[in-house]
Amino acid sequence: MILSVEDVSLAFGGVKALSDVSFDVKEHEIRAIIGPNGAGKSSMLNVLNGVYRPQKGKIRFKEKVFSGMDPHAAAALGIARTFQNIALFKGMSVLDNIMTGRNQRMRCNFLQQAIWLGSAKREELEHRRAVEEIIDFLEIQHIRRTPVGRLPYGLQKCVELGRALAAEPRLLLLDEPMAGMNLEEKQDMCRFVLDVNDQFGTTIVLIEHDMGVVMDISNRVVVLDYGRKIADGTPEEVRKDQKVIDAYLGLAH
Amino acid sequence: MAIGTLDTFPKLLMHHAQARGARPAIREKDLGIWQTWTWREFADETRALACGLATEGVKRGDHVALVSDNRPRLYAMMCAVQCLGAVPVPLYQDAVAAEMAFPIQNAAITHAYAEDQEQVDKLLEIQPRCPTLRRIYYDDPRGLRHYPQKELLAYDALRDAGRASLKRDPAFLEGEIAKGSGEDTAAMLFTSGTTATPKGVALTHHALIDRATVAAKLEGLGERDVALAYLPPAWVGQFIFSLAQPFVTGYCICCPESPETVMMDMREIGPTYYFAPPRVLEALLTQVSIRMEDASRLKRWLYRRFMDVAGRVGGALLDGKPVGFFDRILYGLGDLLVYGPLRNVLGMSRVRVAYTAGEAIGPDLFKFYRSIGVNLKQLYGSTETSVFVCIQPDGQVKADTVGPAVPGVELKFTPQRELLIRSPGLFKEYYKNPQATQEAKDAEGWFHTGDAGYFDPDGHVKIIDRVKDVGQLADGTLFAPKYLENKLKFFPFVKEAVCFGQGKDRVCAFINMDMDAVANWAEKRNMPYSGYTDLASRDEVYDLVAGCVERVNADLAQDAELAASQIHRFLILHKELDPDDEELTRTRKVRRGFIAEKYAALLNALYSPARTARVTAQVRYEDGRTGTLSAELKIRDVKTFPPAAAKQAA
Repeated sequence: MILSVEDVSLAFGGVKALSDVSFDVKEHEIRAIIGPNGAGKSSMLNVLNGVYRPQKGKIRFKEKVFSGMDPHAAAALGIARTFQNIALFKGMSVLDNIMTGRNQRMRCNFLQQAIWLGSAKREELEHRRAVEEIIDFLEIQHIRRTPVGRLPYGLQKCVELGRALAAEPRLLLLDEPMAGMNLEEKQDMCRFVLDVNDQFGTTIVLIEHDMGVVMDISNRVVVLDYGRKIADGTPEEVRKDQKVIDAYLGLAH
Repeated sequence: MAIGTLDTFPKLLMHHAQARGARPAIREKDLGIWQTWTWREFADETRALACGLATEGVKRGDHVALVSDNRPRLYAMMCAVQCLGAVPVPLYQDAVAAEMAFPIQNAAITHAYAEDQEQVDKLLEIQPRCPTLRRIYYDDPRGLRHYPQKELLAYDALRDAGRASLKRDPAFLEGEIAKGSGEDTAAMLFTSGTTATPKGVALTHHALIDRATVAAKLEGLGERDVALAYLPPAWVGQFIFSLAQPFVTGYCICCPESPETVMMDMREIGPTYYFAPPRVLEALLTQVSIRMEDASRLKRWLYRRFMDVAGRVGGALLDGKPVGFFDRILYGLGDLLVYGPLRNVLGMSRVRVAYTAGEAIGPDLFKFYRSIGVNLKQLYGSTETSVFVCIQPDGQVKADTVGPAVPGVELKFTPQRELLIRSPGLFKEYYKNPQATQEAKDAEGWFHTGDAGYFDPDGHVKIIDRVKDVGQLADGTLFAPKYLENKLKFFPFVKEAVCFGQGKDRVCAFINMDMDAVANWAEKRNMPYSGYTDLASRDEVYDLVAGCVERVNADLAQDAELAASQIHRFLILHKELDPDDEELTRTRKVRRGFIAEKYAALLNALYSPARTARVTAQVRYEDGRTGTLSAELKIRDVKTFPPAAAKQAA
């Protein structure tokens, strides 16, 4: 068990985004969070990497218990994420954007970096190599020097995944990685997610709307509806669950 | 360099490892950095692989399939196979699995090398149909970790096993290499099977080395030259440029990082020796044109102004012909401001020799590159002839011929105008297909190309069409429909053309306008139209196309052989020719016979005095329904030129 969430509740004033949600994530699995619009999926992810602090409940990550994360601590612990609305530096090149993902792993201070001798240089070369390996992995060599703002949406999503990978995370949180993609881009992204999981052993929690994708690549699925967990299990179990069907298709009143 | 004793590629490789061991042999951009193998490293890698393959049971005469993009490891593998006297069979890496089955069955291939998971998957897919295939080596392990198949072995494991074996018995490989002779098959390349089942063309070391050497001497290629390897390795041209010629001269080849980065990699490397089929050159020019459209006014003006100068004198300067003093100064200025930067953007700053071949190249496209100072030349050859049959020598470059024969090649034309070739570079045989071999290569050793053409007054070969498509007009003069159609298609406004004239007194044509180009042209003139059929029937469009046809006629009149096949009348078709309507093949070649039958009414009208013709045609929509379309098409007469007058003008 790499991560478990116990009775987490989150409210914004009177709006209850999450109420008493509990679930766990096993080491090396791909765990999907699904649910209709406004079910609390993104809020859950934001709780996991410390953007929101829940009013109630515990998060257990690698045997340490937190009542709330903060983003820096989460990053330092090895939690990386991508965003639903792409959050890249538009004016910077793909290479530089991915390099920012190495931020947590840079040891040299400002002065050393400025002089760029000895250890700073060695460090930079080492990080550059890691970044190049990610570029190779995602097959985006041809846009290495292109400013991110000039890229089509699908490739920007790819770059964002690249930046998250650059942190060499233990746990990778993906917020709708396939939203707005065409079929071919989706297939590529699925392959990348599976490859990351397989090759680097990264545990992945993803939010996704495309049910085909979710059912194909995830090991277990949590279903949220109005901030409550209504189902949890393998894709087959969840697919058959009456509560899930009702939540998605609506119920006769 | 005594090539005489170095009669195989492995011997040449070992020679280079001795003679220029520290010079670069092959580079590849990996993780953003150009990585170099020197000739010594290349030879070491090849030796280890060869020993590895020997322990795996690859023997003299075996065939080994290779499916990979251009990579140093691919070429090391190819040469390793040759070291053992076995035959490398490179396959097209973008072929679908089913297309790979035939070569593997035909050559009874036991061992194969695949670049990555994609290629491994294809080989595994056809394995049930290819029971001989028992070993697949792979380079990139990504995604292959969980494959249970026992046939799979990583490249690294093969090389390491080979290294160990080489250490135990260093003399074995020397012996194997020494056993090779020039008459052994060096490679087997499969011809594309668009018309029939593919044929495996077996080429000997002697043939390839001979042709590669002669051509390299002609162009003065040496160890300082650099070439980019970016076309499929299974294609004979890439095989020549990235294996045969570097092995003969010691030049360095560079493998791009990925197919998408070729342009950038080319700029970084700055090759001195370059090959591109017309479609690549055209794509490059389009990119330049689009970027120029977006440039500032001043830049656009400069570009237009200096491209005019280049068009006037650039080609002549490159050919070393006399050019006026003032034009020289202007061209020099243009070189500084426009041509130089342009060559740099194209990655052609250092190009000394560039070839194009494979299909007819448009004269404007060809002249564009020559006018900005890129020494682009045409080349004629095929897989069966180890490429080099004709090359245009420096200073004698023409847009419409492929040049005179390369030294060592004998050429002649049959009465049917088929080009026959006798050359030391001819292929040994079509593998396991003696009948096809006999048909292609007669008892006296002449290879029947199937291409029709003739010698122009300077002794250059002009290829006009395939022999089977060439016909005669009623008076017995030559009629080469595809040649005419190509000439028409070089105009951007003409998408397709179908020329008729077999057994008739004159040539007439159906024209398909290019909707994008003509619509754009109409828009600039504020010409309203309701759709394709409407636009195609406009007099303005007829004028536009008639202008194109007239230029073709003027051009044809210059040529004594073809003056009679000037196009007298044409009409613009009301719809685009479409493979779904069976008017084109899937590879977009016009099916002349089918079209003549389908539009018999139109064809008859062309050969009658009628000014218009009515067409009612069945069309098939994309959802499979059929409908009828009827239209009244205009017929236009075009000015033709008397051959004699044209000669005087020229």
